[in-house]
Amino acid sequence: MSATTLEEPITNTKLPIEVLEAVTIRFAGDSGDGMQVTGGQFTSTSAIIGNDISTLPDFPAEIRAPAGSLPGVSGYQLNFSSRDIRTPGDEPQVLVAMNPAALKVNIKELEPGGILVLNTDEFNDGNLKKAGYAANPLNDGSLSGYRVFQIPITSLTLKALENSSLPFKQQERCKNFYALGLMYWLYDRPMEPTLKWIEDKFGAKPEVAEANTMALRAGYNYADTMELFTTHYHVGKAQIKPGKYRNITGNEATAIGFIAASQLAGRPIFYGSYPITPASDILHELSKHKNFGVKTFQAEDEIAAIGAAIGAAFAGHIGLTGTSGPGVALKSEAIGLAVMTELPLIVIDVQRGGPSTGLPTKTEQADLLQAMFGRNSDSPVGIVAPATPADCFKMAVEAVRLATKYMAPVFFLSDGYLGNGSEPWEIPSLDSLPEMKVHFRTEVEGFFPYLRDEKTLARPWAVPGTPGLEHRIGGLEKQNITGNVNYEPDNHDFMVRLRAEKIHRMQQDIPPLAVFGKPEGKVLVLGWGSTYGAITTAVEQMQEQGHAVSSAHLRHLNPFPSNLGEVLKSFETVIVPELNLGQLCMLIRARFLVDAVSLSQVKGKPFKVSTLVNKIKEYL
Amino acid sequence: MSENGHTTNGAVKLTRKDFQTDQEVRWCPGCGDYSILAQVQKVMPELGIPKEKIVFISGIGCASRFPYYMNTYGFHTIHGRAPAFATGVKVANPDLQVWVITGDGDALSIGGNHFIHALRRNVDLKIILFNNRIYGLTKGQYSPTSELGKRNKSAPMGTIDYPINPLSLAFAAEATFVGRSMDVDPKHLAMMVERLAGHKGSGFLEVYQNCNIFNDGTFKSFNEREVKEDRMIQLEHNKPLIFGKNKDRGIRLNGVTPDIVTIGENGITVDDILVHNENAHEPNLPYILGRMQFPEYPVPMGVFRAIEKPTYERMLAGQISAAVDAKGAGSLEKLINSGETWVIN
Repeated sequence: MSATTLEEPITNTKLPIEVLEAVTIRFAGDSGDGMQVTGGQFTSTSAIIGNDISTLPDFPAEIRAPAGSLPGVSGYQLNFSSRDIRTPGDEPQVLVAMNPAALKVNIKELEPGGILVLNTDEFNDGNLKKAGYAANPLNDGSLSGYRVFQIPITSLTLKALENSSLPFKQQERCKNFYALGLMYWLYDRPMEPTLKWIEDKFGAKPEVAEANTMALRAGYNYADTMELFTTHYHVGKAQIKPGKYRNITGNEATAIGFIAASQLAGRPIFYGSYPITPASDILHELSKHKNFGVKTFQAEDEIAAIGAAIGAAFAGHIGLTGTSGPGVALKSEAIGLAVMTELPLIVIDVQRGGPSTGLPTKTEQADLLQAMFGRNSDSPVGIVAPATPADCFKMAVEAVRLATKYMAPVFFLSDGYLGNGSEPWEIPSLDSLPEMKVHFRTEVEGFFPYLRDEKTLARPWAVPGTPGLEHRIGGLEKQNITGNVNYEPDNHDFMVRLRAEKIHRMQQDIPPLAVFGKPEGKVLVLGWGSTYGAITTAVEQMQEQGHAVSSAHLRHLNPFPSNLGEVLKSFETVIVPELNLGQLCMLIRARFLVDAVSLSQVKGKPFKVSTLVNKIKEYL
Repeated sequence: MSENGHTTNGAVKLTRKDFQTDQEVRWCPGCGDYSILAQVQKVMPELGIPKEKIVFISGIGCASRFPYYMNTYGFHTIHGRAPAFATGVKVANPDLQVWVITGDGDALSIGGNHFIHALRRNVDLKIILFNNRIYGLTKGQYSPTSELGKRNKSAPMGTIDYPINPLSLAFAAEATFVGRSMDVDPKHLAMMVERLAGHKGSGFLEVYQNCNIFNDGTFKSFNEREVKEDRMIQLEHNKPLIFGKNKDRGIRLNGVTPDIVTIGENGITVDDILVHNENAHEPNLPYILGRMQFPEYPVPMGVFRAIEKPTYERMLAGQISAAVDAKGAGSLEKLINSGETWVIN
């Protein structure tokens, strides 16, 4: 698809246009109402017209909870802005609620005085009861603190589709596009990108494409002609670094990143996985790209998924396995085997709320210590963690680079928020990607399976099929160099330390930790993973107010960058915000004897900027 | 390898010795595993496959030490998971001949799931299950194939677990090759290993193997020299199922129940005897045979089933080449630039 540069729309309207810097909208409805599509379309269009964007899809674990019920509410929040933004926004300023349950679940987060668009058709006795409303909020005065727009979206959609040949039920399903049309008018967005998307998506079903198109246009025109809203709003282009962009979710960026890594390494990918939320999209995406030689294997369980990936790594592929926390628990023994056999393996963990099944569709960062220590004995692995959805691309390449160079397993710690969230991604030039071609040992002379590279301590990658290098590996303790089974006390002590040293030596290959702001001061906010956006936004706000606050974000969690200790010691207070009960904070305290302060939250949601700002203020 | 001669096609002719390693074999003296190792090492040179293209993969247990003694590529993995590792190896490089060495605990207890799924996918793996009906390496607990009531370390009053029949499981999992042999019949064992090696697809060979330390003599009621002709039956393709010292007893099907009949008695002739067909598309008949147990029936040995089906790794390779044909070989430049893009100036 070619790059498009759309002019900003000029609506023929008599109404005044108010220019806003940033808006946060949340679309909410039943899980069958198509809210993810609506939010996704608003996002793409906003990105295309030059806004900066950040999104937070929020959907239930149940595929179709009973219609109209509270557990069935699905939401999609996006923040679009004319300045650089890094979070999907704390509280929405606009809430579109397609039924009473969506209103009930989301109203407490709508900013006071915010815009509330309600689909009045769904506010009937049955739905009100399902949502637990004793009185109809449309007329009991409970919404008086908001700017409420009551619109019979369902019946207006049906009216617009009077002449459609679609069955009634399907006509009704077009109401999300009607709502999208209303919002496009209100926020001065062009309809073309969505019209084109509808055409591409439903091209094979012209009557569906036509109905959705009509619903979108009808919603837009209704807002334009009915003078429903007293004003409409414009959010201008953001000052975004020149370049070519696309919108990308973290899971897509992860999949594409690993394909890029495979191309750079010159070896095909083998992806062993068992379906699990929120990691399955990586399997879906990778399985589409078989023309890159990608081999995807949907295994019978988590253990088989990693077993096959390790087998493929032994045979010379880039072995990947992807899962979420519960799957990592099942894979632990096999990860230990990859540590012992010193094979390159990448374990992708798209973290979610736990323990146990926990909150499958909600985000959390509580698997750090599981990745670090969650195996029997001392079994160190490398750990990298992307900071934003687009950063998943870069860190996927990084994970493969380290795993193949050091012949060791590497964890890739993403999370539900990164995986499902999206942001504009500046498409990199291929030249900017690292040189990381892998080399197999073929030389027979002097070969031993556990020979060591002096600098990295990596053992040779000698793959089956290579004449003269036949050898056996396995989970029993090895003698260094020969690789023979060895139970001697001193050898075991030596090998345990050697495996740890090998991971530690990755430090020579990772960039030093960068500090955002002054290199010393009162407060350092140290983060890792998906909290990057909220932390940076909060710290930037504090800096603008003249406070001596800086931040630093770890993308390498094991080993840590070599200058981390020095960075920590340059600040009076180190605050570590995490979506867990203080796991990185514990490591930092143990490793550096720094009296770091933990800010923890485990609500299945990302941090709000205001939460961070308030915590920082305590230490100024 | 200089001591080796050359075959007619110029490839090096290997010998049994080429497949032995310098590692000391650490099974108990008298263990049935020695016999299996010897037969596999004997068969290997006959296959004409260079040893760098052979991989032995095992799980955990006595049997799973096997790869250390084979001078090929080898991977001693974790308990029960060998079929999963082997699947990854075979899919990554379909040119390799991949063997899985497992035991009754490894394949049928902790690894039951992987055993089933490797078979149903028809990955081209050669799986040999050493069935000694006991846990040897952990010193004598009952296994999933231990007979009901057997007394042992973890069941001093006798087991109350009904045993599983490995062949029934293999048929249920749609295995395309199923055979059975035993450690005490090296000639037959070598023949079965060779048949397994020649099969394209998931092949499963159960080998009755004596553990002389913890379960000595578990098979001797039917496999000792003096009794075996009357208590075991050899399966041969397209031949009637006849057994006995005098070759006068046979299996006749009565509905879905096998009956033992005597040729020459009550008007029974050879024509009444069930004829074995290892290529039958449906596994119903081999399933019935696989459930015949001593003392009710003679115990069948040989190939129960051998059918051809496309293998998993071949179908995957086929999808990859179809994708390349349809879309062209993957271009990273194109991939990262796909979807809706826009330019900021």
